[in-house]
Amino acid sequence: MTSDKMMTMKEAVSKFVKDGDSIYLAGFTHMIPFAAGHEIIRQKRKDLTLLRATPDIVYDQMIAAGCAKKLVFSYAGNPGVGSLRCFRRSLEKNIPRPLEIEEYTHFGLSGRLFAGATNMPFLPMRTNIGSDLPAENPLIKTIKSPYSDEVVSTVPPLNPDVAVVHVQRADVSGNSHIWGIIGEQKDAAFAGKKVIVSCEEIVDESVIRSDPNRTLIPDFVVDAVVHEPWCAHPSYTQGYYDRDNEFYMQWDDVTKEHDTTMKYMDEWVFGVQDRSEYMKKMPSSKILKLTPKTAYSTPVSYGSV
Amino acid sequence: MRRLMTMTTDITPSELMVIVAARELKDKETVLVGVGIPNLAANLAKKLQAPGLNMVYESGAVGSNPTRMPLSIGDPCLVTGAKSICTMYEQFAYYLQGGRIDVGFLGGAQIDKYGNINSTIIGTYKTPKVRLPGSGGACDIASNVGKIIVITPHEKRRFVEKVDFKSSPGFVDGKENWSKLGLQGGGPYAVITNLCTMKFDPKTGEMMVVALQPGVTIEKVQENTPWKLKVADKLESTPAPTEKELTTLRSLDPTKIYLG
Repeated sequence: MTSDKMMTMKEAVSKFVKDGDSIYLAGFTHMIPFAAGHEIIRQKRKDLTLLRATPDIVYDQMIAAGCAKKLVFSYAGNPGVGSLRCFRRSLEKNIPRPLEIEEYTHFGLSGRLFAGATNMPFLPMRTNIGSDLPAENPLIKTIKSPYSDEVVSTVPPLNPDVAVVHVQRADVSGNSHIWGIIGEQKDAAFAGKKVIVSCEEIVDESVIRSDPNRTLIPDFVVDAVVHEPWCAHPSYTQGYYDRDNEFYMQWDDVTKEHDTTMKYMDEWVFGVQDRSEYMKKMPSSKILKLTPKTAYSTPVSYGSV
Repeated sequence: MRRLMTMTTDITPSELMVIVAARELKDKETVLVGVGIPNLAANLAKKLQAPGLNMVYESGAVGSNPTRMPLSIGDPCLVTGAKSICTMYEQFAYYLQGGRIDVGFLGGAQIDKYGNINSTIIGTYKTPKVRLPGSGGACDIASNVGKIIVITPHEKRRFVEKVDFKSSPGFVDGKENWSKLGLQGGGPYAVITNLCTMKFDPKTGEMMVVALQPGVTIEKVQENTPWKLKVADKLESTPAPTEKELTTLRSLDPTKIYLG
Protein backbone atom coordinates (compact mmCIF):
# COMPACT_ATOMS: atom_id res chain seq x y z
CA MET A 1 0.00 0.00 0.00
CA THR A 2 1.29 3.43 -0.88
CA SER A 3 0.59 6.56 1.11
CA ASP A 4 0.04 10.01 -0.31
CA LYS A 5 2.91 12.35 0.64
CA MET A 6 2.03 15.07 -1.85
CA MET A 7 2.49 18.68 -0.83
CA THR A 8 3.64 21.96 -2.37
CA MET A 9 7.29 23.03 -2.27
CA LYS A 10 6.23 25.83 0.08
CA GLU A 11 4.72 23.30 2.49
CA ALA A 12 7.65 20.88 2.19
CA VAL A 13 10.28 23.54 2.95
CA SER A 14 8.18 25.02 5.74
CA LYS A 15 7.69 21.59 7.33
CA PHE A 16 11.18 20.08 6.95
CA VAL A 17 13.84 22.80 6.60
CA LYS A 18 14.76 24.58 9.85
CA ASP A 19 17.26 27.35 10.59
CA GLY A 20 20.67 25.83 11.26
CA ASP A 21 19.97 22.60 9.33
CA SER A 22 22.43 20.89 7.03
CA ILE A 23 20.86 20.40 3.60
CA TYR A 24 21.85 18.57 0.43
CA LEU A 25 20.19 19.64 -2.83
CA ALA A 26 21.28 16.71 -5.00
CA GLY A 27 22.21 16.46 -8.68
CA PHE A 28 25.52 16.45 -10.54
CA THR A 29 24.82 19.19 -13.13
CA HIS A 30 21.58 17.30 -13.87
CA MET A 31 18.23 17.81 -12.06
CA ILE A 32 19.48 20.32 -9.50
CA PRO A 33 16.35 21.32 -7.53
CA PHE A 34 16.52 25.09 -8.01
CA ALA A 35 12.84 25.48 -7.06
CA ALA A 36 13.68 24.14 -3.58
CA GLY A 37 16.62 26.55 -3.27
CA HIS A 38 14.43 29.48 -4.25
CA GLU A 39 11.71 28.48 -1.76
CA ILE A 40 14.31 28.21 1.05
CA ILE A 41 15.47 31.75 0.13
CA ARG A 42 11.87 33.06 0.10
CA GLN A 43 11.24 31.54 3.53
CA LYS A 44 14.44 33.27 4.72
CA ARG A 45 16.06 30.22 6.30
CA LYS A 46 19.41 31.09 7.88
CA ASP A 47 22.59 29.59 9.34
CA LEU A 48 22.26 26.62 7.00
CA THR A 49 25.14 24.28 6.26
CA LEU A 50 24.95 23.79 2.51
CA LEU A 51 26.21 20.43 1.26
CA ARG A 52 26.91 19.70 -2.41
CA ALA A 53 29.80 18.42 -4.51
CA THR A 54 29.34 21.32 -6.93
CA PRO A 55 27.66 24.29 -5.20
CA ASP A 56 26.64 25.45 -8.69
CA ILE A 57 24.46 28.52 -9.24
CA VAL A 58 21.81 27.31 -6.77
CA TYR A 59 24.13 27.65 -3.75
CA ASP A 60 25.68 30.82 -5.19
CA GLN A 61 22.15 32.27 -4.96
CA MET A 62 21.55 30.95 -1.44
CA ILE A 63 24.92 32.32 -0.29
CA ALA A 64 24.13 35.75 -1.81
CA ALA A 65 20.74 35.71 -0.06
CA GLY A 66 22.44 35.15 3.32
CA CYS A 67 21.04 31.65 3.99
CA ALA A 68 24.42 29.95 4.45
CA LYS A 69 26.73 29.74 7.44
CA LYS A 70 28.91 27.01 6.01
CA LEU A 71 29.59 25.29 2.71
CA VAL A 72 30.77 21.68 2.38
CA PHE A 73 31.86 21.06 -1.21
CA SER A 74 34.36 19.66 -3.70
CA TYR A 75 34.23 21.94 -6.75
CA ALA A 76 33.13 25.57 -6.37
CA GLY A 77 33.13 26.75 -9.98
CA ASN A 78 30.58 27.63 -12.63
CA PRO A 79 31.15 24.57 -14.86
CA GLY A 80 32.54 25.55 -18.25
CA VAL A 81 32.33 29.27 -17.38
CA GLY A 82 34.58 30.17 -14.42
CA SER A 83 34.03 31.37 -10.86
CA LEU A 84 31.02 31.36 -8.58
CA ARG A 85 31.24 35.03 -7.71
CA CYS A 86 28.82 35.10 -4.73
CA PHE A 87 30.71 32.22 -3.10
CA ARG A 88 33.99 34.09 -3.65
CA ARG A 89 32.57 37.40 -2.35
CA SER A 90 31.42 35.67 0.80
CA LEU A 91 34.73 33.89 1.32
CA GLU A 92 37.09 36.72 0.29
CA LYS A 93 35.09 39.79 1.48
CA ASN A 94 32.47 38.51 3.96
CA ILE A 95 29.63 39.80 1.74
CA PRO A 96 26.80 39.41 2.73
CA ARG A 97 28.29 37.42 5.66
CA PRO A 98 31.37 35.28 6.36
CA LEU A 99 31.30 31.71 5.10
CA GLU A 100 32.98 28.70 6.71
CA ILE A 101 34.15 26.03 4.30
CA GLU A 102 34.90 22.32 4.50
CA GLU A 103 36.48 20.97 1.34
CA TYR A 104 36.84 17.51 -0.22
CA THR A 105 37.56 15.97 -3.60
CA HIS A 106 34.59 14.66 -5.62
CA PHE A 107 35.43 11.10 -4.58
CA GLY A 108 35.71 12.24 -0.98
CA LEU A 109 32.36 14.01 -0.88
CA SER A 110 30.43 11.36 -2.83
CA GLY A 111 32.12 8.76 -0.59
CA ARG A 112 30.89 10.64 2.49
CA LEU A 113 27.29 10.35 1.24
CA PHE A 114 27.79 6.67 0.38
CA ALA A 115 29.11 6.06 3.92
CA GLY A 116 26.13 8.00 5.33
CA ALA A 117 23.66 6.08 3.18
CA THR A 118 25.14 2.69 4.12
CA ASN A 119 25.64 3.49 7.83
CA MET A 120 29.43 3.07 7.94
CA PRO A 121 31.67 4.90 10.48
CA PHE A 122 34.10 5.88 7.69
CA LEU A 123 34.99 5.02 4.12
CA PRO A 124 38.49 4.14 2.87
CA MET A 125 39.54 5.41 -0.54
CA ARG A 126 42.56 5.89 -2.78
CA THR A 127 42.90 9.65 -3.04
CA ASN A 128 43.97 12.73 -1.01
CA ILE A 129 47.41 11.30 -0.14
CA GLY A 130 50.11 13.56 -1.60
CA SER A 131 47.75 16.54 -1.90
CA ASP A 132 47.61 19.51 0.52
CA LEU A 133 43.90 19.06 1.25
CA PRO A 134 44.18 16.80 4.36
CA ALA A 135 46.35 19.46 6.02
CA GLU A 136 43.47 21.95 5.70
CA ASN A 137 40.64 19.53 6.53
CA PRO A 138 41.30 17.46 9.66
CA LEU A 139 38.29 15.23 8.89
CA ILE A 140 40.29 13.65 6.07
CA LYS A 141 42.42 11.00 7.75
CA THR A 142 44.36 7.84 6.88
CA ILE A 143 44.14 4.26 8.09
CA LYS A 144 46.38 1.23 7.75
CA SER A 145 44.66 -1.73 6.18
CA PRO A 146 44.02 -4.58 8.70
CA TYR A 147 44.96 -7.01 5.88
CA SER A 148 48.19 -5.51 4.52
CA ASP A 149 50.64 -2.67 5.09
CA GLU A 150 48.73 -0.39 2.78
CA VAL A 151 47.71 3.03 4.07
CA VAL A 152 44.63 4.61 2.52
CA SER A 153 42.69 7.84 2.98
CA THR A 154 39.37 7.94 4.87
CA VAL A 155 36.37 10.24 5.03
CA PRO A 156 33.56 10.35 7.62
CA PRO A 157 29.88 9.64 6.80
CA LEU A 158 27.54 12.45 5.81
CA ASN A 159 23.89 12.44 6.88
CA PRO A 160 22.17 15.67 5.87
CA ASP A 161 19.26 16.87 8.03
CA VAL A 162 17.33 17.31 4.79
CA ALA A 163 18.03 15.99 1.28
CA VAL A 164 16.12 17.29 -1.72
CA VAL A 165 16.15 15.16 -4.86
CA HIS A 166 14.52 16.05 -8.17
CA VAL A 167 13.44 13.14 -10.41
CA GLN A 168 11.72 12.64 -13.74
CA ARG A 169 8.69 10.78 -12.39
CA ALA A 170 7.38 9.54 -9.06
CA ASP A 171 4.19 8.15 -7.64
CA VAL A 172 2.33 9.91 -4.82
CA SER A 173 4.19 7.99 -2.15
CA GLY A 174 7.68 8.76 -3.51
CA ASN A 175 8.82 5.75 -5.56
CA SER A 176 11.04 7.53 -8.04
CA HIS A 177 12.23 6.80 -11.57
CA ILE A 178 15.48 8.51 -12.52
CA TRP A 179 17.53 8.29 -15.71
CA GLY A 180 20.34 10.23 -17.34
CA ILE A 181 23.18 11.41 -15.11
CA ILE A 182 22.23 9.89 -11.77
CA GLY A 183 24.95 11.67 -9.78
CA GLU A 184 24.44 11.34 -6.04
CA GLN A 185 20.62 11.31 -5.94
CA LYS A 186 20.28 7.78 -4.57
CA ASP A 187 23.05 8.28 -2.00
CA ALA A 188 21.57 11.60 -0.86
CA ALA A 189 18.09 10.07 -0.50
CA PHE A 190 19.37 7.14 1.59
CA ALA A 191 21.71 9.38 3.64
CA GLY A 192 19.18 12.14 4.36
CA LYS A 193 17.35 12.21 7.70
CA LYS A 194 14.37 13.83 5.93
CA VAL A 195 13.91 13.49 2.19
CA ILE A 196 11.92 15.70 -0.17
CA VAL A 197 11.38 14.32 -3.69
CA SER A 198 10.25 16.72 -6.40
CA CYS A 199 9.26 15.43 -9.83
CA GLU A 200 8.40 16.50 -13.35
CA GLU A 201 5.49 14.06 -13.50
CA ILE A 202 3.33 12.21 -11.00
CA VAL A 203 2.59 8.73 -12.38
CA ASP A 204 0.54 5.80 -11.21
CA GLU A 205 2.25 3.19 -9.06
CA SER A 206 1.76 0.71 -11.95
CA VAL A 207 4.09 2.81 -14.15
CA ILE A 208 6.78 2.57 -11.47
CA ARG A 209 6.25 -1.18 -11.07
CA SER A 210 6.46 -1.68 -14.86
CA ASP A 211 10.17 -0.76 -14.74
CA PRO A 212 11.58 -1.43 -11.25
CA ASN A 213 15.25 -1.21 -12.34
CA ARG A 214 14.70 2.49 -12.94
CA THR A 215 13.44 3.06 -9.38
CA LEU A 216 16.56 4.37 -7.63
CA ILE A 217 14.59 5.68 -4.67
CA PRO A 218 11.88 3.58 -2.97
CA ASP A 219 9.01 5.34 -1.17
CA PHE A 220 9.96 4.30 2.34
CA VAL A 221 12.97 6.66 2.41
CA VAL A 222 10.84 9.60 1.20
CA ASP A 223 9.00 12.08 3.46
CA ALA A 224 7.44 14.48 0.95
CA VAL A 225 6.57 14.41 -2.76
CA VAL A 226 6.28 17.68 -4.66
CA HIS A 227 4.96 17.87 -8.21
CA GLU A 228 7.19 20.63 -9.57
CA PRO A 229 7.59 20.81 -13.38
CA TRP A 230 10.75 22.70 -14.48
CA CYS A 231 12.04 22.49 -10.89
CA ALA A 232 15.61 22.17 -12.15
CA HIS A 233 15.88 25.17 -14.52
CA PRO A 234 18.54 26.52 -15.36
CA SER A 235 19.90 23.01 -14.73
CA TYR A 236 18.09 20.35 -16.76
CA THR A 237 16.00 17.22 -16.67
CA GLN A 238 16.99 14.62 -19.27
CA GLY A 239 14.23 14.14 -21.82
CA TYR A 240 12.17 17.06 -20.44
CA TYR A 241 14.24 20.24 -20.91
CA ASP A 242 17.85 20.89 -21.76
CA ARG A 243 20.44 22.74 -19.70
CA ASP A 244 20.14 26.53 -20.08
CA ASN A 245 23.81 27.07 -20.90
CA GLU A 246 23.07 30.68 -21.84
CA PHE A 247 21.86 31.35 -18.28
CA TYR A 248 25.00 29.75 -16.82
CA MET A 249 27.13 32.07 -18.96
CA GLN A 250 25.03 35.15 -18.12
CA TRP A 251 25.23 34.40 -14.38
CA ASP A 252 28.85 35.53 -14.52
CA ASP A 253 27.68 39.06 -15.48
CA VAL A 254 24.58 39.08 -13.24
CA THR A 255 26.78 38.45 -10.19
CA LYS A 256 29.55 40.99 -10.90
CA GLU A 257 28.39 42.89 -7.76
CA HIS A 258 26.29 41.93 -4.75
CA ASP A 259 23.73 44.60 -5.73
CA THR A 260 23.31 43.29 -9.27
CA THR A 261 22.86 39.77 -7.88
CA MET A 262 20.15 40.94 -5.48
CA LYS A 263 18.39 42.74 -8.33
CA TYR A 264 18.09 39.39 -10.09
CA MET A 265 16.88 37.75 -6.87
CA ASP A 266 14.23 40.47 -6.35
CA GLU A 267 12.83 39.76 -9.78
CA TRP A 268 13.12 35.97 -10.17
CA VAL A 269 13.06 34.66 -6.58
CA PHE A 270 11.32 37.16 -4.25
CA GLY A 271 9.23 38.52 -7.15
CA VAL A 272 7.41 35.23 -7.71
CA GLN A 273 5.29 33.05 -5.43
CA ASP A 274 6.46 29.69 -6.67
CA ARG A 275 7.91 27.78 -9.63
CA SER A 276 4.77 27.99 -11.73
CA GLU A 277 4.90 31.83 -11.53
CA TYR A 278 8.61 31.67 -12.37
CA MET A 279 7.76 29.65 -15.48
CA LYS A 280 4.99 32.11 -16.46
CA LYS A 281 7.66 34.83 -16.49
CA MET A 282 9.92 32.74 -18.72
CA PRO A 283 9.76 33.77 -22.41
CA SER A 284 8.14 31.04 -24.51
CA SER A 285 11.02 31.32 -27.00
CA LYS A 286 13.39 30.18 -24.22
CA ILE A 287 11.14 27.23 -23.36
CA LEU A 288 11.04 26.16 -27.01
CA LYS A 289 14.81 26.46 -27.29
CA LEU A 290 15.31 24.16 -24.29
CA THR A 291 12.84 21.50 -25.44
CA PRO A 292 14.86 18.40 -26.43
CA LYS A 293 14.42 16.03 -29.32
CA THR A 294 13.03 12.65 -28.26
CA ALA A 295 15.32 9.61 -28.05
CA TYR A 296 13.36 6.64 -26.68
CA SER A 297 14.99 3.54 -25.24
CA THR A 298 13.96 0.14 -26.55
CA PRO A 299 11.37 -1.44 -24.20
CA VAL A 300 12.44 -4.49 -22.17
CA SER A 301 10.35 -7.40 -20.89
CA TYR A 302 10.19 -8.05 -17.14
CA GLY A 303 7.94 -11.07 -17.68
CA SER A 304 8.09 -14.31 -15.67
CA VAL A 305 6.28 -17.68 -15.85
CA MET B 1 51.18 13.11 -45.76
CA ARG B 2 50.62 16.79 -46.45
CA ARG B 3 52.04 19.09 -43.84
CA LEU B 4 50.85 22.65 -43.69
CA MET B 5 53.60 25.08 -44.58
CA THR B 6 51.80 28.24 -43.54
CA MET B 7 51.05 26.95 -40.08
CA THR B 8 52.63 29.67 -37.94
CA THR B 9 50.13 32.23 -39.23
CA ASP B 10 47.26 29.85 -39.86
CA ILE B 11 46.93 27.78 -36.73
CA THR B 12 45.93 29.10 -33.32
CA PRO B 13 47.90 28.00 -30.22
CA SER B 14 44.81 26.12 -28.98
CA GLU B 15 44.51 24.19 -32.23
CA LEU B 16 48.17 23.21 -32.10
CA MET B 17 47.92 21.99 -28.48
CA VAL B 18 44.78 19.95 -29.20
CA ILE B 19 46.39 18.27 -32.22
CA VAL B 20 49.60 17.43 -30.34
CA ALA B 21 47.58 16.07 -27.38
CA ALA B 22 45.31 13.99 -29.63
CA ARG B 23 48.37 12.18 -31.01
CA GLU B 24 49.12 10.85 -27.51
CA LEU B 25 45.86 8.84 -27.44
CA LYS B 26 45.81 5.25 -28.68
CA ASP B 27 42.95 3.18 -30.06
CA LYS B 28 40.92 1.23 -27.46
CA GLU B 29 42.26 3.31 -24.58
CA THR B 30 39.85 4.58 -21.95
CA VAL B 31 40.23 8.29 -21.40
CA LEU B 32 38.76 10.48 -18.68
CA VAL B 33 37.83 13.68 -20.46
CA GLY B 34 37.16 17.17 -19.21
CA VAL B 35 35.24 19.80 -21.17
CA GLY B 36 36.81 22.20 -23.64
CA ILE B 37 40.29 21.50 -24.98
CA PRO B 38 40.64 17.91 -23.62
CA ASN B 39 37.22 17.02 -25.01
CA LEU B 40 38.34 18.25 -28.43
CA ALA B 41 41.59 16.29 -28.22
CA ALA B 42 39.74 13.07 -27.38
CA ASN B 43 37.13 13.60 -30.11
CA LEU B 44 39.86 14.37 -32.66
CA ALA B 45 41.79 11.20 -31.77
CA LYS B 46 38.55 9.19 -32.05
CA LYS B 47 37.99 10.50 -35.57
CA LEU B 48 41.60 9.77 -36.62
CA GLN B 49 43.85 7.06 -35.13
CA ALA B 50 41.66 5.92 -32.22
CA PRO B 51 38.09 5.09 -33.40
CA GLY B 52 37.67 2.71 -30.47
CA LEU B 53 38.56 5.29 -27.82
CA ASN B 54 36.30 5.09 -24.77
CA MET B 55 35.42 8.53 -23.49
CA VAL B 56 34.45 8.61 -19.83
CA TYR B 57 33.28 11.72 -17.97
CA GLU B 58 33.45 12.48 -14.24
CA SER B 59 29.69 12.91 -14.22
CA GLY B 60 29.23 9.15 -14.71
CA ALA B 61 28.75 9.13 -18.51
CA VAL B 62 30.70 6.22 -20.01
CA GLY B 63 31.39 5.73 -23.73
CA SER B 64 29.78 9.04 -24.71
CA ASN B 65 29.22 9.96 -28.34
CA PRO B 66 28.40 13.70 -28.22
CA THR B 67 26.98 15.18 -31.42
CA ARG B 68 27.66 18.75 -30.29
CA MET B 69 30.21 20.42 -27.99
CA PRO B 70 29.25 20.02 -24.31
CA LEU B 71 29.62 23.10 -22.08
CA SER B 72 29.89 21.07 -18.89
CA ILE B 73 30.89 17.51 -18.04
CA GLY B 74 27.26 16.86 -17.08
CA ASP B 75 25.81 18.01 -20.41
CA PRO B 76 22.74 16.03 -21.59
CA CYS B 77 24.41 15.40 -24.99
CA LEU B 78 26.94 13.16 -23.19
CA VAL B 79 24.06 10.93 -22.09
CA THR B 80 22.18 10.50 -25.41
CA GLY B 81 23.67 7.40 -27.03
CA ALA B 82 26.24 6.69 -24.28
CA LYS B 83 27.31 3.11 -23.45
CA SER B 84 26.54 3.37 -19.76
CA ILE B 85 25.69 5.80 -16.99
CA CYS B 86 26.65 5.25 -13.37
CA THR B 87 26.36 7.21 -10.13
CA MET B 88 29.01 9.69 -9.10
CA TYR B 89 30.36 7.40 -6.36
CA GLU B 90 30.44 4.44 -8.78
CA GLN B 91 32.32 6.52 -11.35
CA PHE B 92 35.10 7.21 -8.86
CA ALA B 93 35.02 3.78 -7.21
CA TYR B 94 34.56 1.37 -10.14
CA TYR B 95 36.27 3.27 -12.94
CA LEU B 96 38.98 5.40 -11.32
CA GLN B 97 39.83 3.48 -8.15
CA GLY B 98 39.14 0.23 -10.03
CA GLY B 99 42.08 1.12 -12.27
CA ARG B 100 40.00 1.19 -15.47
CA ILE B 101 41.17 4.55 -16.81
CA ASP B 102 44.29 4.71 -19.00
CA VAL B 103 44.58 8.45 -19.60
CA GLY B 104 43.26 11.49 -17.76
CA PHE B 105 43.42 15.16 -18.72
CA LEU B 106 43.97 17.78 -16.03
CA GLY B 107 44.43 21.52 -15.98
CA GLY B 108 44.91 24.20 -13.36
CA ALA B 109 46.07 27.69 -12.52
CA GLN B 110 49.60 26.56 -11.63
CA ILE B 111 51.83 23.59 -12.37
CA ASP B 112 55.32 23.00 -10.96
CA LYS B 113 58.39 21.09 -12.04
CA TYR B 114 57.20 17.83 -10.46
CA GLY B 115 53.83 18.10 -12.20
CA ASN B 116 51.88 19.07 -9.07
CA ILE B 117 48.77 21.03 -10.04
CA ASN B 118 47.06 23.86 -8.17
CA SER B 119 43.38 24.54 -8.86
CA THR B 120 42.48 25.61 -5.30
CA ILE B 121 43.93 28.97 -4.19
CA ILE B 122 46.47 31.66 -5.01
CA GLY B 123 48.02 32.84 -1.75
CA THR B 124 47.40 30.85 1.41
CA TYR B 125 44.46 28.53 2.09
CA LYS B 126 43.15 30.46 5.11
CA THR B 127 43.45 33.89 3.48
CA PRO B 128 43.42 33.35 -0.27
CA LYS B 129 44.25 36.14 -2.69
CA VAL B 130 42.19 34.29 -5.27
CA ARG B 131 39.85 31.43 -4.50
CA LEU B 132 39.73 28.93 -7.38
CA PRO B 133 37.12 26.11 -7.75
CA GLY B 134 39.17 23.41 -5.95
CA SER B 135 39.94 19.80 -6.82
CA GLY B 136 36.62 18.47 -8.01
CA GLY B 137 37.69 15.06 -9.29
CA ALA B 138 41.19 16.20 -10.26
CA CYS B 139 42.99 14.81 -7.19
CA ASP B 140 41.12 11.51 -7.57
CA ILE B 141 42.13 11.35 -11.23
CA ALA B 142 45.77 12.23 -10.47
CA SER B 143 45.88 9.48 -7.82
CA ASN B 144 44.43 6.66 -9.93
CA VAL B 145 44.99 7.11 -13.67
CA GLY B 146 47.78 5.49 -15.70
CA LYS B 147 48.90 8.63 -17.54
CA ILE B 148 48.08 12.24 -16.72
CA ILE B 149 48.26 14.71 -19.61
CA VAL B 150 48.16 18.45 -18.95
CA ILE B 151 47.37 20.90 -21.75
CA THR B 152 48.20 24.50 -20.87
CA PRO B 153 49.35 27.76 -22.46
CA HIS B 154 53.05 28.29 -21.72
CA GLU B 155 52.99 31.33 -19.42
CA LYS B 156 55.26 32.31 -16.52
CA ARG B 157 52.33 32.75 -14.11
CA ARG B 158 51.22 29.17 -14.76
CA PHE B 159 54.59 27.48 -14.55
CA VAL B 160 55.98 27.98 -11.04
CA GLU B 161 58.83 26.28 -9.22
CA LYS B 162 56.47 25.33 -6.37
CA VAL B 163 52.67 25.53 -6.51
CA ASP B 164 50.83 27.53 -3.79
CA PHE B 165 48.66 24.46 -3.08
CA LYS B 166 48.90 20.87 -4.27
CA SER B 167 45.31 20.17 -5.33
CA SER B 168 46.39 17.17 -7.41
CA PRO B 169 49.67 15.48 -6.64
CA GLY B 170 52.19 15.05 -9.43
CA PHE B 171 55.49 13.52 -8.32
CA VAL B 172 55.10 15.68 -5.13
CA ASP B 173 58.73 16.59 -4.22
CA GLY B 174 60.44 14.03 -6.44
CA LYS B 175 59.91 10.49 -7.63
CA GLU B 176 61.75 8.76 -4.79
CA ASN B 177 59.38 10.03 -2.10
CA TRP B 178 56.36 9.79 -4.41
CA SER B 179 56.85 6.07 -4.89
CA LYS B 180 56.65 5.60 -1.09
CA LEU B 181 53.14 7.13 -1.04
CA GLY B 182 51.73 4.02 -2.74
CA LEU B 183 49.49 5.83 -5.24
CA GLN B 184 48.26 3.41 -7.89
CA GLY B 185 48.31 5.99 -10.70
CA GLY B 186 51.29 6.39 -13.01
CA GLY B 187 51.60 10.10 -12.25
CA PRO B 188 52.07 12.94 -14.69
CA TYR B 189 52.98 11.78 -18.20
CA ALA B 190 53.05 14.79 -20.52
CA VAL B 191 52.61 18.56 -20.38
CA ILE B 192 51.64 19.98 -23.76
CA THR B 193 51.96 23.73 -24.32
CA ASN B 194 51.92 26.07 -27.30
CA LEU B 195 55.74 26.07 -27.15
CA CYS B 196 56.77 22.51 -26.37
CA THR B 197 55.95 19.04 -25.10
CA MET B 198 57.43 18.06 -21.74
CA LYS B 199 57.61 14.62 -20.15
CA PHE B 200 59.10 13.58 -16.82
CA ASP B 201 62.57 12.28 -15.96
CA PRO B 202 61.99 8.58 -15.15
CA LYS B 203 64.48 8.74 -12.22
CA THR B 204 63.77 12.08 -10.55
CA GLY B 205 60.25 12.84 -11.75
CA GLU B 206 61.30 16.30 -12.89
CA MET B 207 59.67 17.89 -15.93
CA MET B 208 61.87 17.97 -19.04
CA VAL B 209 61.43 19.30 -22.54
CA VAL B 210 61.28 16.46 -25.08
CA ALA B 211 59.98 18.22 -28.19
CA LEU B 212 59.66 21.76 -29.50
CA GLN B 213 56.54 22.88 -31.35
CA PRO B 214 57.19 23.95 -34.96
CA GLY B 215 59.26 27.13 -35.20
CA VAL B 216 59.94 27.41 -31.45
CA THR B 217 63.45 27.60 -29.94
CA ILE B 218 64.50 26.13 -26.60
CA GLU B 219 65.53 29.66 -25.57
CA LYS B 220 61.94 30.85 -25.99
CA VAL B 221 60.69 27.96 -23.85
CA GLN B 222 63.21 28.80 -21.12
CA GLU B 223 62.30 32.52 -21.25
CA ASN B 224 58.73 31.59 -20.39
CA THR B 225 59.59 29.22 -17.56
CA PRO B 226 60.78 30.62 -14.21
CA TRP B 227 63.11 27.75 -13.30
CA LYS B 228 66.03 26.19 -15.20
CA LEU B 229 64.31 23.56 -17.32
CA LYS B 230 65.75 20.12 -17.91
CA VAL B 231 66.07 19.24 -21.57
CA ALA B 232 66.05 15.67 -22.94
CA ASP B 233 69.33 14.41 -24.46
CA LYS B 234 67.60 13.99 -27.77
CA LEU B 235 65.38 17.05 -28.27
CA GLU B 236 62.87 16.45 -31.04
CA SER B 237 60.70 18.81 -33.03
CA THR B 238 56.96 18.18 -33.19
CA PRO B 239 55.79 17.34 -36.72
CA ALA B 240 53.58 20.15 -38.03
CA PRO B 241 49.83 19.45 -38.09
CA THR B 242 48.55 17.77 -41.23
CA GLU B 243 45.73 19.18 -43.29
CA LYS B 244 43.57 16.23 -42.22
CA GLU B 245 44.19 16.89 -38.52
CA LEU B 246 43.35 20.55 -38.90
CA THR B 247 40.20 20.21 -41.00
CA THR B 248 38.88 17.42 -38.77
CA LEU B 249 39.53 19.48 -35.66
CA ARG B 250 37.86 22.60 -37.09
CA SER B 251 34.77 20.58 -37.98
CA LEU B 252 34.46 19.60 -34.30
CA ASP B 253 34.26 23.20 -33.08
CA PRO B 254 32.89 25.11 -36.08
CA THR B 255 31.86 28.17 -34.06
CA LYS B 256 35.26 28.30 -32.35
CA ILE B 257 33.99 28.12 -28.77
CA TYR B 258 37.29 26.65 -27.60
CA LEU B 259 39.60 27.12 -30.58
CA GLY B 260 39.33 30.93 -30.87
